[in-house]
Amino acid sequence: METFIAFWNILKKDIKNYYLKPPNISWGIIFPLSWTLMQLIRSSGNIEVIELLPGLMAMSILFGTTSMLAVTITFEKRSKSFDRLLLAPISLSTLVAAKILGAILFGIINAFVPVVFMGFLINLSGINWAVVLMAVILIAITSALLGLLVAVSVKEVFEAQTLSNFFRFPMLFLCGLFLPIDKLPAALKPISFCLPLTYGTDMLNSAIIHNSYFSILFSIFIIIVFIIILFYLCRRNIEKKWIL
Amino acid sequence: MQKNVEIVKVTNLKKLYGDLPAVNGISFSIKEGEILGLLGPNGAGKTSTINMMIGLSRPSSGQIMIDGIDAIKDIKKVQRIIGVVPDENNLYGEMSGFDNLCFCASLYGMGKEEREKQAKELLKQFGLTKAADRPFGTYSKGMKRKLTIAAGIIHNPKILFLDEPTTGIDVESTRQIRELILNLKKQGTTILMTTHYIEEAERTCDRIAFMVRGEIVKVGTVRELMENIDHEYKIKLQLDNCLEELKVELENKFPSYRIEVLAKNSCLIISKEQVPLSPILQVLDEKGVSVYEAKGIKPSLEDVFVRITGIDATKLEKVGR
Repeated sequence: METFIAFWNILKKDIKNYYLKPPNISWGIIFPLSWTLMQLIRSSGNIEVIELLPGLMAMSILFGTTSMLAVTITFEKRSKSFDRLLLAPISLSTLVAAKILGAILFGIINAFVPVVFMGFLINLSGINWAVVLMAVILIAITSALLGLLVAVSVKEVFEAQTLSNFFRFPMLFLCGLFLPIDKLPAALKPISFCLPLTYGTDMLNSAIIHNSYFSILFSIFIIIVFIIILFYLCRRNIEKKWIL
Repeated sequence: MQKNVEIVKVTNLKKLYGDLPAVNGISFSIKEGEILGLLGPNGAGKTSTINMMIGLSRPSSGQIMIDGIDAIKDIKKVQRIIGVVPDENNLYGEMSGFDNLCFCASLYGMGKEEREKQAKELLKQFGLTKAADRPFGTYSKGMKRKLTIAAGIIHNPKILFLDEPTTGIDVESTRQIRELILNLKKQGTTILMTTHYIEEAERTCDRIAFMVRGEIVKVGTVRELMENIDHEYKIKLQLDNCLEELKVELENKFPSYRIEVLAKNSCLIISKEQVPLSPILQVLDEKGVSVYEAKGIKPSLEDVFVRITGIDATKLEKVGR
């Protein structure tokens, strides 16, 4: 019970202090909206509007989640308020889980902004929402953990943003969003298979446009493996880098 | 409230950064209900010592036992019974004073009702009730310090670690914080405090450990520290005139004394042994010099610190006020 109280209050504090702040809400809405509009205008009837949805959802989660977590944690570390959390009698795993849950929820909400927007333009009845929700949650978790991994590796907020872009942009281009995985050059395919977003996007493709490279169960399994590895790396790096 | 039980025991604690020792094999203990002060200049290793004891840093070697728990092996158990006030005010700037305290209490698993009650009580005790709903970031330095201390004790810790509690704040807030620390001691809290203010250590601590270059060079009560040094007896004389010739005259008459002229009308007589006044007064009287005041000067803790550590005490003061 004591652990739950601490966990819940860390999450509540983060949501109140960071995620519900007007600039972040606007970031969470405006960013996915702009991407949606941009893609709609650019596509000009060449592709089905619905084909844009998986990519927009994946991008919204990836950018929203990684940015928020990397920045907020770096900020707390700099102001030393993060030390308060390290000094609390809760395990590091509980602390990591509490810190990433806020970002995960933020990412999930971000993901559904383009869905709501597209709901006004096209018929979304053929979508497998259970798989969409599962994919969104799994992408949000991996993105949050990647954000945390970045936060542990840097000291300054601007460093967090720079380092995030190093993996975010290659991931976007290689995960099958812009170019389907089967059309990627052979040399790039192995890299694509090493990215968690590849499997998340494939799940979204399967649920929304019914076209996927992997089976849903396989993608879920691989993303869970990524989550376990990333969680372990985050926990290990926090212990190593923040408890000097 | 002080008991004879050693609640904190540090043995041969060492912290190396590369080859550089920040803390070099220190050992000390704290009795239950006692305030131990780590006194030393910046870079002496005080904060490094505390960080190892509270779990923010890993010792290179040594042992830390806190209330019978091995702090290196089981730090989470230790963190349940300790409170920490860091040298920087690290609460959340956008949250109110009240919310900050409630949040800190929640980290120790305190329920809503209990933490709100405790927060209100502490705000009252620290004179911050009126500012309870204001964001922490808008507080003055003294108020921030007080709230940071309140946050460190909201869960009623058995042992409190106070890192430079009064650095950079005004005299009134310093006085209030000192009173708060002494009140905590009265309530039975064991306190380890670091400071570079000699006066603060002297006024607040039961025992003081002089820490220099990662080592504890001396530990004891103020009296013990004073007794253990080979001190000199000093008498300051207030005269109507104190000329250089008078100094020579006195030194010739009393060759075991050293005379220092302090000003036009005052001088200091220094001796390895106690100084009987009447022969000196007689000489001065013969010379027609009137004596208005004779005052024995006891060695201060500052003198003791300088003598033991070889460090200029002004280095401590400069960093402080």
